[in-house]
Formats: sequence, structure tokens, C-alpha cells
Amino acid sequence: MAATLSRVGNIAAKLLKSHVYISNQCRFIGDSWINGSCIDPTLGLSDEQKQIQKVAIDFARNEMYPNMARWDQEEIFPLDVLQKAAGLGFGAVYCREKYGGTGLSRMDASIIFEALSQGCTSTTAYISIHNMCVWMIDEFGNDELRQKWIPQLATMEKLASYCLTEPDHGSDAANLTTSAKQKGDHFIINGAKAFISGGQDTDMNLVMCRTGEKGPKGISCILVEKGSPGLSFGKKEKKIGWNSQPTRAVIFDNCKVPVSNLVGQLGDGFKIAMRGLNGGRVNIASCSLGAAQSSLELARDHVKVRKQFGKHLEHFQHLQFKLAEMATKLVVSRNMVRMAATALDKNWPEKVSLCSMAKYFATEECFKICNQALQIHGGYGYLKDYAVQQYMRDSRVHEILEGTNEIMRVLISRDLLEDRKYS
Amino acid sequence: MSALRVLVGCKRVIDYAVRVRVKPDKTGVFTDGVKHSMNPFDEIAMEEAIRMKEKKLASEIIVVSCGPIQCQETLRTALAMGGDRAIHVQVDGKEYEGLQPFHVSKILAKIAQEEKVDLLILGKQAIDDDCNQTGQMTAAILDWPQATFASKVEIDNGSLKVLREIDGGLENIKVKLPAVVTTDLRLNEPRYATLPNIMKAKKKPLTTKKPSDYAVDISPRQEVLSVEDPPVREAGQKVESVEQLVQKLRDAGLIVS
Ligand SMILES: Cc1cc2nc3c(=O)[nH]c(=O)nc-3n(C[C@H](O)[C@H](O)[C@H](O)COP(=O)(O)OP(=O)(O)OC[C@H]3O[C@@H](n4cnc5c(N)ncnc54)[C@H](O)[C@@H]3O)c2cc1C
Repeated sequence: MAATLSRVGNIAAKLLKSHVYISNQCRFIGDSWINGSCIDPTLGLSDEQKQIQKVAIDFARNEMYPNMARWDQEEIFPLDVLQKAAGLGFGAVYCREKYGGTGLSRMDASIIFEALSQGCTSTTAYISIHNMCVWMIDEFGNDELRQKWIPQLATMEKLASYCLTEPDHGSDAANLTTSAKQKGDHFIINGAKAFISGGQDTDMNLVMCRTGEKGPKGISCILVEKGSPGLSFGKKEKKIGWNSQPTRAVIFDNCKVPVSNLVGQLGDGFKIAMRGLNGGRVNIASCSLGAAQSSLELARDHVKVRKQFGKHLEHFQHLQFKLAEMATKLVVSRNMVRMAATALDKNWPEKVSLCSMAKYFATEECFKICNQALQIHGGYGYLKDYAVQQYMRDSRVHEILEGTNEIMRVLISRDLLEDRKYS
Repeated sequence: MSALRVLVGCKRVIDYAVRVRVKPDKTGVFTDGVKHSMNPFDEIAMEEAIRMKEKKLASEIIVVSCGPIQCQETLRTALAMGGDRAIHVQVDGKEYEGLQPFHVSKILAKIAQEEKVDLLILGKQAIDDDCNQTGQMTAAILDWPQATFASKVEIDNGSLKVLREIDGGLENIKVKLPAVVTTDLRLNEPRYATLPNIMKAKKKPLTTKKPSDYAVDISPRQEVLSVEDPPVREAGQKVESVEQLVQKLRDAGLIVS
């Protein structure tokens, strides 16, 4: 009797701990076999990085994974989970501790976003954008802005959006036209930003505005608080993926903002936006790694249970080779992403092109891995009951935003062919 | 009574989500390259100790783990959750395979005495071997009262009021300190270590000891003859009606006719 009871307690313990949903995937991806396999994301990490990764994985499996399908289908932006994540230090991972950041490296951040992304890629991608914005204030804001914003952003009580893209200026962001005119101690902003992640549901926007001449040198970065007079938002966009976070246009109609909300110096805006994006690109590529890791694990599990022609799919050599290729491309992508993170941590002069390489290579290869994993699921892969399609849908946009993968190639080729301009 | 000195046991076990595989030679299960974590009941023990410290009822939390060098990872997690310092009693390879609750309880008892602790909190069992013995044996060796399967613990002026989960339901007991408590599932929900605390944990003291430092002989008292997989579940049968089901159960002697 006691033995049975303790057994029951044991199973209950497992259920309670992971809030596991009894579904067609009744365990968290990865746990049973990833350790000790060639795609183990802990390979090569220090003990401390492994600890950090473990917290992120535990958080992903307990707080995110059981909800990711619902967040997607009901389009829920899970504020409570964001704040819980921030409580562990995920809100301002690579900001200085002085103002409330966690003070970790870009490499640590990459490990964290990859891990969280396994629990929900879309939600993690928003967390990564938020982190990028907080860093921009930590790095370029004055003390007043830092003191006011970083503590509440680090806890994610307040959320941030990054506003660069305009309806007519996407890839060609350096020619943006949203204007900010100084009038006494205020800026008056006019124009519109498109595709803004978190738009309207966030509390502050870092807006790149034209304050001077044409081109990149006439752009400034201005913090526009929610509720500023003249600030409004477009309808919530309907998207293929990234459904656990809203995307909206942000509209400025004689929007009045105090001059003290200028981040950095007048004319520094484009540089600030690009410096932010270097990290953003590593972060978003890390989110793709997590999606691909999960998809590959799901595909591997599927071939072990699905039988056709009288044998398990794992015995068909074509599928074995596919899995081998997916695994190899995942590990190569991870190495590229971690090298780019190192380039940022060590401030290598090649960092812009390395981050671009990481972003284009990892987001492209990882999307293909997710898509191939879906293919391996056959018709089931196309059903929303199976998680693999969501990783595929959520990671598709990583090839488009934070600079399209075509623009990444522009930056890399420029590094090869021209003298270096950006840093 | 002044704030308590608390000792918490943290065993490193194969993670609960891992599908355990028996080695072909039946000497045990695969552990190399397999994901390990802190025993879930020990996480609950840690959480309880930390809550006592937060309420200023505990003054210091010492965490201890017996086993191979990798146990230090488990101890770092315990320190990151909120432990103050750690003791690693290193036991490797073959010796670790033969380490039994009997040995561990002797080591824990010695540490409890050396460190002059007032309260020892352990998990009610570890999810690898499910022994459910260490807490009880440790209490016996120390000749301290024990409160096992705790579902609620209150400190009450030199005593503990403990709500226990027993086969028949719940039981309230009161034990005098010093005492040994083992945790059940519903005692609390353990916290995650935060990133800043993981960083701080690096600097917290961790001492490495050997069983001989505590004069404990860890030569095995048991021999494992064979480790086997549980029998594979056989296919079931479909029945047409309730009557047929009842008949089948009767025939199998599972219900009285
Ligand atoms: C879900 C979602 C969220 C987003 N979130 C944000 C956000 O939070 N903040 C923000 O500022 N923006 C955001 N964006 C916008 C995103 O960064 C832009 O969509 C992206 O930069 C591309 O701009 P565009 O859509 O105008 O495409 P275009 O620039 O019109 O590009 C169209 C195509 O032409 C290619 N192309 C363009 N120029 C060249 C060239 N010189 N050489 C070769 N090919 C070229 C592009 O690569 C692309 O394939 C988001 C977008 C989406 C879809």
C-alpha cells in the first residue's frame, strides 16, 4: 500500500511539477534523449551557462510550452508569464546591474532565448525585442531616462516597442520620413510606423524620427510614452505566426513629446537603431534555434512511433539522412549564432557582418528544419494539434524582420567589398 | 528560541522526464550523458528552508549532497535557490553504486552534529530508487524525533507542528527540536533560481569532504543481483457489455463473485 501510494505521489509529483498536459505530446520535448546526443545545446557551455540554461528550459517547459498552442489560437499576449520570466532576470538580460539589468553577456542571452523559444517561439521573440529596447536605453540614454525606465522595464511591468519600419521605408529605413520638429521644450512628431511588435499593448516606443538632413545622419531616437497626445495605433494585424504578440501600426499626429525623451544625441538615431539590431539579430536567430531544436526533437520522436509499410519510419534511410542533415545544420547554425554573440561580447570590428551572417544563416536553415520536421510528420504535421506547425509558422518571419535576409547579404557583401562604414 | 540552523539534503537524480533505460548487462540503468536534476522532493525541502529563512525563523541553510563530482551542480542550484553554503561528500564510481540510505543517513547525522543544526529537512524519498528510508534512519541514528511526509510545517516555540500525509488521510503531530522532517508533495511549490542568484551562488562556499572525514564506512551491505525492466504491458481486450466485463473480472479473480 505504502509503495503504491509513494508511486502515485511520484507520478503526481511529475505532473504537478511540469503541469504536463496529457495530449499527444505528453512529455516536454527533449528531456529523454537530448542529453548526450550530438544536438545537445549544453555542449561546450560553462557550468554557469548550463545553470542559466537549465532555469530557462525549466521555465519554458513549465510556464510556456503547456500554453503555447492556446496563446497562438486565441492570440493571447501573456503579460503574467512575461512578468514571471522577468522576475527570474529575463527582462533585461544584457543590461548593466546598476539600473536593474541582469548584467549577463550576449552569449548568455542567446542561450536563454534559444531555451525559452522551445516553450513558445513567438512569446520569446517579443521578450527578445523588449530586451533589445532596454539595452538601447541602458547604452545610449542619459541617467535620467535610465533611472526612470530600466527598473520597470527589467521587471516587465512596463513593456517596450522598437519603431523603425515605415509603410514606405522598410529595408530602406535610412530614408525614413517620420519627422520630429523641436518646438520649445517639446518634439512634435508626425508620420507613421508599420509592423510594430507589441504596438499599443506596450508602454513606450523607441521611435526613429527625422530631425535633420536626408539619410542616416538626420535621424534621432525619441522615446514616446504610451498616452502621449497625438499618438494612436492601427488595427491589430492578422498574421501567419507570432500570434502571442500583437503587431500594429503606430501613428503620430502632432504627437507631443518632451525634449528630454531624446535617447542619445540628435542625429544618432540610425546608429542607435543599428547597434540595437546587432543584438536583436543574434537574439532572433537564437529564437530560431529553439524552434528548430524542438521541431527536430518532435520529428525524431515521430519516426520512432509511426509505422508505414510494416516498419517504423526511423528505418527508412531517406528519413535517417534527413534527420542527420537537420541535426548538422542545427549545430552549424548554433555555432554561427554563438560566434556572433561572442563578437558582440568582445566587440570585434567584424561584429556587424558576423551578426548578419548568424541572422541570415540560422533563420533560414532553422526554418527549413522546422518545415522538414513538419514534412516528416506527414498529414499530422499540418494539423494544429501537433506543435511542429507552430514552430514553423512562428519562425518564418525571422527571415523577414530585423533586416530581411537579403539585407543581411547586402551587409556581408559590403564588408567584403568595401571599407567598413558601420560599427 | 533563536533562529534555526537548517540542514537540507539535495540528491542528484536522473531527471523525472527521462525515460530510464536498463543497461544490457542488467547491473543498473544508464546514467552517462543522461539529464540529471535535483530530486523534486529535495527542491521542496529547499523551498521550505528558504521560506523559514525569509521569515527569520532560520538563520543559516546548509545544503549537502553525497555522490560524484557532478553533485556540485545540484548544490550550486540549491545555493542559487537560497542556500548559504554547501557540503559535497564525494563518493565516486563503484562506491557510489553501492551507496545506500544506511550510509547516507550516517553521513547526514554526523554533519548535523558537527554543524549543530536544529532541523534537518530531507525529501521523503528520491525519485530514482524510491527508498523512503534516509530521513527515518537519520532520525534514528541521531535519536531525534521525526516528522515524515510533511504537508505543512509550523515552528512553535522550540517545537514543530507538522501536518503529515498518511495512508488514511492527514495527521497532526508536534515534535520537539532538534528534529528530522521529510517533505511530501503538497508542502510547497519550489521557486526557480533567478539569474542574479545563480551568479551570486558562484561565490558561496562549497566544501568537499570524503565519507572517511566523518568516519563512515561505506562498504556495501547489499548486493544488486539484477536490474530488470518492468514487464511490457500486454494488449488488452475489448468487451461488448458491462455484464461481460464483470464476468471477465470475476474469471480473473479480480472481484469477488
Ligand atoms: C510580424 C512582424 C513584426 C515586425 N516588427 C517590427 C518592429 O517591432 N519594429 C520595426 O521597426 N519593424 C518591424 N517589422 C518590420 C520589418 O522589419 C520589415 O518588414 C522588414 O525590414 C522589411 O521591410 P518591408 O516589409 O518594407 O519590405 P521591403 O523593404 O519592401 O522588401 C521587400 C523585398 O525586397 C527585398 N529587398 C529590398 N531591398 C533590397 C535590396 N537592396 N537588395 C535586395 N533585396 C532587397 C527585401 O529583402 C524583401 O524580400 C516587423 C515585421 C513583421 C512582419
